[in-house]
Amino acid sequence: MPEKRIVLRNCGVIDPERITTYLDKDGFKALEKARDTMSQQQIIEEIKESGLRGRGGAGFPCGLKWELASGAPGNEKYVICNADEGEIGTFKDKYILQNDPFTLIEAMAIAGRTIGAEKGYIYLRAEYRFLLDSLKSAIDQAKETGYVRDFDIEIRQGAGAYVCGEESALMDSIEGKRGEVRYRPPFPPSSGLWGKPTIINNVETLMNIPQIILNGAAWFNQLGTERSKGTKVFSVSGDVKKPGTYELVLGSPLKELVEELALAEEVKMVQIGGATGRIVPYQMIDTPLAFENILGAGAVVVFHESRDIIDIVYRTMEFLAEESCGKCTPCREGTEVMLEILRRFACGEGSEKDMGLLEELSSAMMLASMCGLGQAAPIPVMDSLHHFRDAYESRIKKTKWS
Amino acid sequence: MIPASAKDGVSEKMTAQHNGQENLLVLLQEAQDKFGHIPEELISELSKSLDVSTSDVYGVATFYSFLSTKPQGRNVIRVCKSIPCFLRNCQPIIETIEKEIGIRPGETTSDGRFSFQLTNCIGACDKAPAMMVNDDVHVDLTPEKTSQILKAYE
Repeated sequence: MPEKRIVLRNCGVIDPERITTYLDKDGFKALEKARDTMSQQQIIEEIKESGLRGRGGAGFPCGLKWELASGAPGNEKYVICNADEGEIGTFKDKYILQNDPFTLIEAMAIAGRTIGAEKGYIYLRAEYRFLLDSLKSAIDQAKETGYVRDFDIEIRQGAGAYVCGEESALMDSIEGKRGEVRYRPPFPPSSGLWGKPTIINNVETLMNIPQIILNGAAWFNQLGTERSKGTKVFSVSGDVKKPGTYELVLGSPLKELVEELALAEEVKMVQIGGATGRIVPYQMIDTPLAFENILGAGAVVVFHESRDIIDIVYRTMEFLAEESCGKCTPCREGTEVMLEILRRFACGEGSEKDMGLLEELSSAMMLASMCGLGQAAPIPVMDSLHHFRDAYESRIKKTKWS
Repeated sequence: MIPASAKDGVSEKMTAQHNGQENLLVLLQEAQDKFGHIPEELISELSKSLDVSTSDVYGVATFYSFLSTKPQGRNVIRVCKSIPCFLRNCQPIIETIEKEIGIRPGETTSDGRFSFQLTNCIGACDKAPAMMVNDDVHVDLTPEKTSQILKAYE
């Protein structure tokens, strides 16, 4: 399947500093259409019909999220754009924010109109602070030209915490607290920021909205697979000749992205979805990239045949243990214990019992952790045990009894 | 240097719509920018003025990796150690910096010019290895390029 630019259509085409170049490319036409000719329910139906699912990793149906927030009682509601792109190997949202901030602003204003919110926040990770001035300028221009009115967008900066990409931790951070995850339910559409109905969408999810409003749901949902409509932007890095940002129709095979576009050779495996993502061995390189199979937020890190799987999994767990917010025990302690066990394997001092322990810990963490971090932290361990078990077995310490 | 009243210069214009805590992180970020760290006096002052317990202020100040309760150098170097940068050889970059400024990750030079940290993914994986110095992102690093870059930070 071909590359197709819906999300990135303006990137490299418009001047992100000048709103006039955006207006030349149908800029704010979708907002005008939504505001002047569509009811809130019509917008929701259009998004639902499009099949658009969240691009931050979880894949929740966007239209349903908006519908829930729209129907929630109360006058004070919020729209949040999650620009806390912290997943290892992801840089596509940075590319979008750098090249086309206006589409994002337009989409947020449409979201505000749809759910009845007057205020939106962009939560920008601390590492992307260099984008702050241009984003502010884009917001100011959208206001000055009069396209965005009755809707205020404020940028809140992160301060260096991976877990704040998780929606409930992100909201706590906007509220000025430690970025610790919340118990759910209630979910944000009924009780989010300051307990008010809130929709929180990834940058890339929002980028699809104006095109869906302008061209219609039918135009959008003809692209992709049965349960994954539209395109996905991937960030490709690691052992490839052409790392970068690629937008593909959903359902495209992994092989096309890794070998044909990013020009990888002698691939051992690919990690898809970052630290808590899946590890895909080369034998599965034809796997379609879709919510039905493997997707995540679109981080694709490629590993050459010469790479050591234990080393990679160890480093991944080191990251997760460091970034666990510490609120729930299965994640806080589980990641540390896993790290300790993996350290033993890395030193060639693992044991048969350790392999069983990793499996037992994994199921406990997946079941009992409060958020995606702890629930998904065992994935690289389980995947590597499944696909590369011999690597673990070769690191079992030989004693005189074995 | 910490001013007599640590709160001087940290904006008081903010009004809390919801509660005092709302502005806490923003004020701590301002203090970090202004003083290079979050002085202890400020923690107790913010606790009083925002009506948030001292332990909660301290809790927020120590949760985030870009906030520090200990004085930092004028320039903070953060080298990415995450997997994409690791695959592209971030180790020689780390060693170059150690040699150039004579400290190890987690330390600050005695002249206060640099603090040196290792950090998690900064989203520059397509141009790895990468590092941040203050808010600037430097990419496609080589040991030679890294030495040159550091010279520009006084």
